[in-house]
Amino acid sequence: MNWLRLLFFLLVVRPAVLFLLGLYVRRGELLPKHGPAIVVANHNSHLDTLVLLSLFPLALLPKVRPVAAADYFLGEGSALGWIARNLIGIIPIRRSGSALQNMRDDPLKGAAEALAGGAILIIYPEGTRGEAEKIAKFKNGVAYLVERFPDVPVTPVYLHGLGKAWPKGERWPVPLLAEVFVGTPLRWCFDRAKFIEKLERRVHAMARHGTFPGWDAEPSAADEKRLLDRER
Amino acid sequence: MRGWFDLHPTLLIAVAGIFGLLVAGSVALWAVKRARPEKDLTELVQRTKSWWVMASIFTVAVLVDRVAGLIFLGAVSFLALKEYLSIIPTRRADRRVLFFLYLAIPIQYYWVGTGWYGMFIIFVPVYMLLFLPLPMLVIGQTQGFLRAVGTLHWGLMVTVFSLSHAAYTLMLPFSRAAAGDWAEPHVGPALMLYLVVLTQLNDVAQWMWGKLFGRHKIIPAVSPNKTWEGFAGGVVTTTALSAALGPWLTPIDAGGAAILGALLGVAGFVGDVTVSALKRDLGLKDTSHFLPGHGGVLDRVDSLTYTAPIFLHYVRYFYYPLPG
Repeated sequence: MNWLRLLFFLLVVRPAVLFLLGLYVRRGELLPKHGPAIVVANHNSHLDTLVLLSLFPLALLPKVRPVAAADYFLGEGSALGWIARNLIGIIPIRRSGSALQNMRDDPLKGAAEALAGGAILIIYPEGTRGEAEKIAKFKNGVAYLVERFPDVPVTPVYLHGLGKAWPKGERWPVPLLAEVFVGTPLRWCFDRAKFIEKLERRVHAMARHGTFPGWDAEPSAADEKRLLDRER
Repeated sequence: MRGWFDLHPTLLIAVAGIFGLLVAGSVALWAVKRARPEKDLTELVQRTKSWWVMASIFTVAVLVDRVAGLIFLGAVSFLALKEYLSIIPTRRADRRVLFFLYLAIPIQYYWVGTGWYGMFIIFVPVYMLLFLPLPMLVIGQTQGFLRAVGTLHWGLMVTVFSLSHAAYTLMLPFSRAAAGDWAEPHVGPALMLYLVVLTQLNDVAQWMWGKLFGRHKIIPAVSPNKTWEGFAGGVVTTTALSAALGPWLTPIDAGGAAILGALLGVAGFVGDVTVSALKRDLGLKDTSHFLPGHGGVLDRVDSLTYTAPIFLHYVRYFYYPLPG
């Protein structure tokens, strides 16, 4: 099915990302040019994965694999699952499980095997898309993975604007511009908490350079109270 | 449909002239680069390259046929509107309203393509003005309503309504009121070339006069690099160019073309500083980075948003007397 994925990106995703969205990529030359490597990005939208995948040359595309939640994408027999597997090429990962379950069945197995095979993994350490254009706290999974592959470089990326183009909970995307900031790759520093903190700090630092305004006039708690009072 | 080979010779000479200018500009830039290798000309080189790409796409779109010209300008409207909606603050609740704004583009260019002047001229200013509040009322968020409805409609007027006037020049020779020279089928593409080339040359002329002789700031609070010398030099240059080119490329007489040139020079300047004011308000230098060396599409067509309506109405009023 690899040719199908290539065609999908060449004929659908890339033209759409270029014309319907429009990207401004800063320091794109810092993206990994070969595997094994990890790209870590903030996550606000389904568009994030399409945009990140379209940043890599087509020849490299078969190697680039987004790590995604099995529970969300691989519901039984759904069209979403088929798209996620065959067109996007995700590596499914189990998000929840007890310590005992994790010992018996390693949740990072798929990702580790792909890295060992020279893949470029895309990982969203926030774990979910979260609130539009806000960066949630990073989870530790990526540190556990890098600990096993200490030589693999981890490139931080900040995506800006896609949360406005297609936020969580909305049915359709709207054409809006997006920005991609690529940071210098990080190496494993033998301390999980410190590593995650470093990654987080780099993504937050890049976030300060974003151009676009956030949502205007989001009703505050006070406004909601006023509305309720008026209804009464 | 017109074929490639029965193009009017005037159009071909005009296009050859455009590319002749580009060659001259590129050679001059290359000479400066050789004479002064220490100077950083990256932006100028990028800008010149972008001019080549834009001129190629534009001339092909205008020469192929009317539909290609309309699709091209519709795409320019889309890119400009997308930039505008990306840089202004919008409400999350208005996401659905943004769909209707984008939907207005094919509808507006459909009116242009059918030559339905009455609908073309009222659709955005009247019907979109009346319609836009409706989805907002249904959504029901009143906080920020005035700002949202005002900013969204203004953006639609500038990026879609104004720019579609440039597209309407392609329809003029098909108008029932056209007679004599004006009824020739090459007049539409000729008017479009004339409008766009003069508007862009006016930008370049104002920039060059300002670079060479600029002393007195004209509107420092909005655009600190603009000078009276650049403005006056640009308007005089465009007036002279228009008087020389107009009678040759279009059926407009030399006197009328001179007045039109002066109007385009002033209107182009106003369009330019209007978009500058918008960017200054939003704290931006460029509307996007779509065109290397130029900035965004909206940066490139800022003057055209003012010259296109002025041009169309000038030509319609003085040269297309409607019967009755």
